[in-house]
Amino acid sequence: MSTRNIYLDHAATTPVKPEVLEAMLPWFTENYGNPSTVYSIGRTSKKAIEEARETVARIIGAEPREIFFTGSGTEADNWAIKGAAYANMKKGKHIITTSIEHHAVLHTCQYLESEGFEVTYLPVDEYGLVTPEQVEAAIRPDTILISIMFANNEIGTIQPIAEIGKIAREKGICFHTDAVQAMGNIRINVSELNVDMLSMSAHKFYGPKGVGALYIRKGVKLTSFMHGGAQERGRRASTENVPGIVGLAKALELADKNMDEYNKKLTALRDRTIAEIEKKIPFVRLNGHREKRLPGNVNFSFEFIEGESLLLMLDLKGIAASSGSACTSGSLDPSHVLLAIGLPHEKAHGSLRLTFGEENTDEDVDYLMEVLPEIVQRLREMSPLYEEVRNR
Amino acid sequence: MMYSEKVMDHFMNPRNVGEIADADGVGQVGNPKCGDIMKMYLKIENDVITDAKFKTFGCGAAVATSSMATELVKGKTIDEALKITNQAVAEALDGLPPVKMHCSNLAEEAIKAAINDYKRRKGLIGDNGDCDACCMRCEDIHHHMNDEDE
Ligand SMILES: Cc1ncc(COP(=O)(O)O)c(C=O)c1O
Ligand code: FES
Repeated sequence: MSTRNIYLDHAATTPVKPEVLEAMLPWFTENYGNPSTVYSIGRTSKKAIEEARETVARIIGAEPREIFFTGSGTEADNWAIKGAAYANMKKGKHIITTSIEHHAVLHTCQYLESEGFEVTYLPVDEYGLVTPEQVEAAIRPDTILISIMFANNEIGTIQPIAEIGKIAREKGICFHTDAVQAMGNIRINVSELNVDMLSMSAHKFYGPKGVGALYIRKGVKLTSFMHGGAQERGRRASTENVPGIVGLAKALELADKNMDEYNKKLTALRDRTIAEIEKKIPFVRLNGHREKRLPGNVNFSFEFIEGESLLLMLDLKGIAASSGSACTSGSLDPSHVLLAIGLPHEKAHGSLRLTFGEENTDEDVDYLMEVLPEIVQRLREMSPLYEEVRNR
Repeated sequence: MMYSEKVMDHFMNPRNVGEIADADGVGQVGNPKCGDIMKMYLKIENDVITDAKFKTFGCGAAVATSSMATELVKGKTIDEALKITNQAVAEALDGLPPVKMHCSNLAEEAIKAAINDYKRRKGLIGDNGDCDACCMRCEDIHHHMNDEDE
């Protein structure tokens, strides 16, 4: 077994920062009051939630009453899309999204199709980009919602959200963006971007798992997602996850404060890793856009090898990473994102995603570059596909 | 998902990786589209398999089952080798996670394909006859998985 432990899967989740945990702890034990009650200990909880709401609102350029806490990023996506669809179905039943959304959006849209809605899944180019022109051309008189992710979780591609927001606003169509991967990595101001709804999830920016938020611009019509009590002004019933909400706000506050430094550090690690892989390993392809990509995201296809084998070998060397191979997912098809950017199946199977974060250092990249070329070569020596190439 | 220690051992230290230049039978099954290909080389003397080697493109289970399959066929007559099932390969590895059982089909099919190639070269079967290697594997799995979903 390896003595090293290097975590390179920050797009999957991040560790909770000590300051965040510290901020959360009192809300489990001392201040356990139900925020909906009238007595003092309940009011304390209520106050903590409202402060968290103000923090989140300030950071994304919204008003506190436009922030709604949810149980996850997935829930925020589900609520935004189903909520807008059902609230506007008398106006129309057409939704525009992309073919590379997270399953939280894609499967929600597919569900709505089974409910009689029509969905346009915009194709992307080889870098995973959609253009504002594509969005504009897809708009119909009965279009009620546009949902386009801010940044992609697999290949890190960042979409032209401001331009798309402008078009949506001009046409008066509600615009949602899944910013789960972007939040904490990119400065986001919903007013400047003309975004009407935005999803986030705390565990992607060093906050706890199982808590998210949905920004809903004032005036946007949305059906309630959870029916029950009067929490979140009756739009998302259920006793609030007070420690989680406090943790989300604290994590976002820290992320916002350190953003420039964090961004610079991750970009350097990313660009160095990309350059070294391209230099040291033949038959590779960088997936995603070179510049318009999340600061910590590296995604490569290594020809002739399969991703799960690669991950297992890396794991034995103490490196945690992820892949878009079908073999890792238990399904038969490789990542829909990699197929959408035009990769043939075999190259999609051989993909590796490395996502850097706070704790990573240049030494981690040194170590990665020590072991990765060897592992790739070893698997290629074992591959009948490589044999064919070598014998050519 | 967890692999058994034996699977990990055969994945990390695969037995019989490589090619046999003067093989008597070579079989390749699978499809890069599905994410897995296995190629098996057999050396056969008097209908007894004296050596076996493989090359595999696939997941940890695919590599481990290839490795185990080559171990299992060595020393067997071709008739005995044809009776090796994917179940037997999986059992020899102390089991596979359910989602990985299909990878062991590949091993069974590769053995069959290599032996059929041997028989064809010997003129024992026709050029396109009697191939048991299932070329509809992906679709089979699709049906299989859909059944499980329900
Ligand atoms: C782009 C994107 N959207 C949504 C989600 C789902 O978030 P959560 O895990 O909080 O449900 C994720 C996380 O995997 C994501 O990367
Ligand atoms: S080769 Fe794909 S799951 Fe085993």
